[in-house]
Amino acid sequence: MTDVRPRIRLPRNAAAGDSITVKTLINHDMESGQRRNSAGETIPRQIINRFTCEFNGAMVIDAALEPAISANPYMEFEALVPASGEFVFTWYDDNGEVYTATEAFEVS
Amino acid sequence: MQHLKTAKALALASACAAALWTGAAVADPDLTAELVIDGELHLVTRAPSDDVVTPNLPERYSGWLFRTADTRALQMDDFANPAMLAVEQGADLWSTADGTAGQSCQDCHGDAEESMAGVRAHMPHVNANGVLWSMEDYVNNCRTERMGAEAWRWSGEQMVAMTSYIAMQSRGMPVDVQIDGAAAPYWEQGREMYYTRYGELELSCANCHEESYGRMIRADHLSQGQINGFPTYRLKNAGMVSIHNRFRGCIRDTRAETFAEGSDEFRALELYVASRGNGLSVEGVTVRP
Amino acid sequence: MLTRRDTLAIGLGASAVAMLPMAALADAVEDAVAAYTGGAAMEDGGVTITAPEIAENGNTVPISIEAAGATEIVLIATGNPTPNVGRFTFGPGSGAPMIATRIRLGRTQDVMAIAKMADGTFKTTRVEVKVTIGGCGG
Repeated sequence: MTDVRPRIRLPRNAAAGDSITVKTLINHDMESGQRRNSAGETIPRQIINRFTCEFNGAMVIDAALEPAISANPYMEFEALVPASGEFVFTWYDDNGEVYTATEAFEVS
Repeated sequence: MQHLKTAKALALASACAAALWTGAAVADPDLTAELVIDGELHLVTRAPSDDVVTPNLPERYSGWLFRTADTRALQMDDFANPAMLAVEQGADLWSTADGTAGQSCQDCHGDAEESMAGVRAHMPHVNANGVLWSMEDYVNNCRTERMGAEAWRWSGEQMVAMTSYIAMQSRGMPVDVQIDGAAAPYWEQGREMYYTRYGELELSCANCHEESYGRMIRADHLSQGQINGFPTYRLKNAGMVSIHNRFRGCIRDTRAETFAEGSDEFRALELYVASRGNGLSVEGVTVRP
Repeated sequence: MLTRRDTLAIGLGASAVAMLPMAALADAVEDAVAAYTGGAAMEDGGVTITAPEIAENGNTVPISIEAAGATEIVLIATGNPTPNVGRFTFGPGSGAPMIATRIRLGRTQDVMAIAKMADGTFKTTRVEVKVTIGGCGG
């Protein structure tokens, strides 16, 4: 697998206590385990099976993902920002690898 | 010239047939849709036709106009656009040293935003030796002759990432490829191919993309077959697709022995097809089904 | 390499194929639902699924689901080989019980969302998404 590069999009600003829209995108084939190669052999499944987002330690969303999630999984959801702090995003790969990204966020 | 006259007659005939044919088979592009990236950058998706290159087209339309609202939306948000992953990868490759000379693209070309601005808009382009080259040729030439690095596969992940990144530097600029002078013989060759019927199904590019755009071929909504939006993220592949890769697929679908990526034939075809989109904006990287 | 016969068979047989494993699929969906709800009754409504009426390509279908008051949403593709798509749990940091993502749909089918409420009850809704099987997509 190539370098896995998560992308995070947060709004430019928000007031303390607001709910903000968080968008995430990560490159990953999300190999479903249903496809066959040219030799007719089934290509083994390898997907991101779990995605979590936390803000200042509070869990925002915990998603259990199946092969029906498209390649390069995109997730958009809402997070509460009671105060300035840090987002931590984690993607868990079937192969045991864990990809993380953090993003600071300031409230006005 | 005989070629064009026949094509015109055919176009007229099928236009009449299409007009008589009511029902679900006809699905026009949404000509009112506006392609605006992130609410700021307006891209030109409709350009005037002319008498030289596209005498049989009333107007030139970007493939974006033929897509469903959901697919169109995916391209209008630079963050949500899955093709941007390839652009990022290209940006990384730009600044990464590779080859025996220990240099990166950046070392010679500096900031791509400056040095590569306009490049995509003029591709493919006759080089200093009078040979028509696609962008991939220029990249590989640099790699092998100047960087001492290995050539990238034409539609391999790295090449597509690089051409994606370079295409982005011309986003919003009008496609403007040269078709006269040294380019003329290649352009003629490309035009000949465009109107040649290939394969068991005996279909030419023009049959679908000039005479039948806006109609459905089974479940696909035919566009004018423009390439101003390549490289593109195809939903079908969930990955990036290069111009020659797409040409291959199209000709293969006519049940023909298709040409190779990086072949002289495809370079000529690329020049001709690019010229049919002169005036449309380079769309950077796009989303197509 | 597809022969003309194969292509015709696929064209005509699409509907035939669609009918064959229906029974098995229905079981798989029932199992998936039962596994989640434990057999509890589900109230219709209170969940909104936003998805295209016709997906331009089944490989990447944008979809969003929201359910006011939900602590968790489960997405089920009733016509896929394996119906489960994802389970989205909203924690204390969540701003709203909604999720938008992109999913794979193998054929025209109902997409079903089940929302678990704070009091442990379930709400559900389903929408049909038509998935076209290409034409000349290369």
